[in-house]
Amino acid sequence: MNSVKERLVNGIVKENPTFVLMLGMCPTLAVTTSAINGLGMGLTTMVVLALSNAFISLLRNVIPGKVRIPAFIVIIASFVTMVELLLEGFLPALYDALGIYIPLIVVNCIILGRAESYASKNPVIPSLFDGIGMGLGFSFALTCMGAVRELIGAGTLFGVTVMPESYVPCSIFIMAPGAFFVLSVLTAVQNKVKIAGERKGKDMSKIQSGCGSDCMNCSDTGCRKRIYDEKGEGEKTNA
Amino acid sequence: MSDLMKVSSNPHIRSKASTSSIMLAVVIALLPAAGFGIYNFGLDALILILVTVLSTVLTEYIFEKILGKKSTIGDYSAVVTGLLLALNLPSSAPWWIGVIGGIFAILVVKMLFGGLGQNFMNPALGARCFLLISFTSIMTNFDCDAYTGATPLAALKNGEAVDIYNMVIGKTAGTIGETSMIAIIIGACFLILVGVIDLRIPGSYIVSFVIFITIFGGHGLDYSFISAHLAGGGLMLGAFFMATDYVTRPVTVKGQYVFGILLGILTGIFRIFGASAEGVSYAIIIGNLLVPLIERVTLPTAFGKGGAKA
Repeated sequence: MNSVKERLVNGIVKENPTFVLMLGMCPTLAVTTSAINGLGMGLTTMVVLALSNAFISLLRNVIPGKVRIPAFIVIIASFVTMVELLLEGFLPALYDALGIYIPLIVVNCIILGRAESYASKNPVIPSLFDGIGMGLGFSFALTCMGAVRELIGAGTLFGVTVMPESYVPCSIFIMAPGAFFVLSVLTAVQNKVKIAGERKGKDMSKIQSGCGSDCMNCSDTGCRKRIYDEKGEGEKTNA
Repeated sequence: MSDLMKVSSNPHIRSKASTSSIMLAVVIALLPAAGFGIYNFGLDALILILVTVLSTVLTEYIFEKILGKKSTIGDYSAVVTGLLLALNLPSSAPWWIGVIGGIFAILVVKMLFGGLGQNFMNPALGARCFLLISFTSIMTNFDCDAYTGATPLAALKNGEAVDIYNMVIGKTAGTIGETSMIAIIIGACFLILVGVIDLRIPGSYIVSFVIFITIFGGHGLDYSFISAHLAGGGLMLGAFFMATDYVTRPVTVKGQYVFGILLGILTGIFRIFGASAEGVSYAIIIGNLLVPLIERVTLPTAFGKGGAKA
């Protein structure tokens, strides 16, 4: 149970895919025009991430190293197609709001990143919870961004008007520039919390995810090195 | 003779001009336009100018206080930013537009990028475009006690006749500081006389703009159409006071001509082919973003290097 909890904390806080790993920026910036869109996108991604992580982990000893990326993509794409059809059938409003970004979950780098750096070399249960943790972290980040943008840009929260009537919405926040403003400020807040924690002596370092390197500053030193490894046989070590 | 033997490291030529003296000159040069704006639009304009300037200066002061840095409000650059921003607002805008614009200009465009000298974009124009996108209906509402209806440029775009005499004097609808061509030219002459700006950027900007609208404006060499375009909107204010901003213009001489021509073409494209009647502020901030590229291309050859290859 300890590793389950550790994976969840890791995904939501220490390696939050949006604020720390800076992965999946395209849906982050594009669909967070309202809190409900952010939450919907986050949860959709979480379902795909958890299922694909579990399956890739199950098949990790069967998939040959040289063709693992296409194999991962096939698994991920299957789950995305299922989720897309389910959303279209049961939540058509959300399906319309998210639009092209649902099929694009296939190429969301969080999913491929977790498959490559964690699920492909860890047992099923931790991989499943790694997916859930990362998905929750992504949902949390997207909902926060959507909430801030919706509140400032439209004066509402989850569709409910919360600002007084005299409030004039600052509509740039629900347009593209607003996404960058909010993302940068929220990332700054996250860093501030992290630095304050480190000063107090708490361990804020990232937990090893197979790679253990800093994704933001990785230039072929961490897990990316293995992708271009000519042998195609990644070192199966947990650094 | 002993004076000639003095050894010192460069720079050997020093100017008495400092940031604060230059910025103060710009403030003085903006006073005619601001004064005419207050005369034209009344007390609303005065209050908006004061609120905006106060908000830029206070933002800079508080930001530096919180970060424990040395206060730089004494260099008057925040005053210039506030004044320029206020002159770019319509007089009907509520006071909090000035406050939000002032905070955005200083905090986001200037201080977050490292303060004066580091900003990649003119802070006043960045804030104006931010406000224009955020509060479009407030920022394009030029109705006030003195005037109702469209600005001369909007009327011109709709094919209506405009009164060029009033446009040159400044008795038209528009933002607080842009209406009077005469007041802006007086300020610009002062700046040129004291050597703060030169005519490279404004000259190449205006000339290339005139050539562009002569070719693409659909009126040919129509004297009244061209002069209406020159006197209307923010072209004069932008060309003399905002395109020439030291921080966001190219430092190379050749680059300054390229920059001016680029602004002229962009403004022409926005005004003739764009959806809105005015495009000076967007043209200048896009030009600002291209400055590093322009400087790279127009870097002069160092003495002794280059020349004809053998």
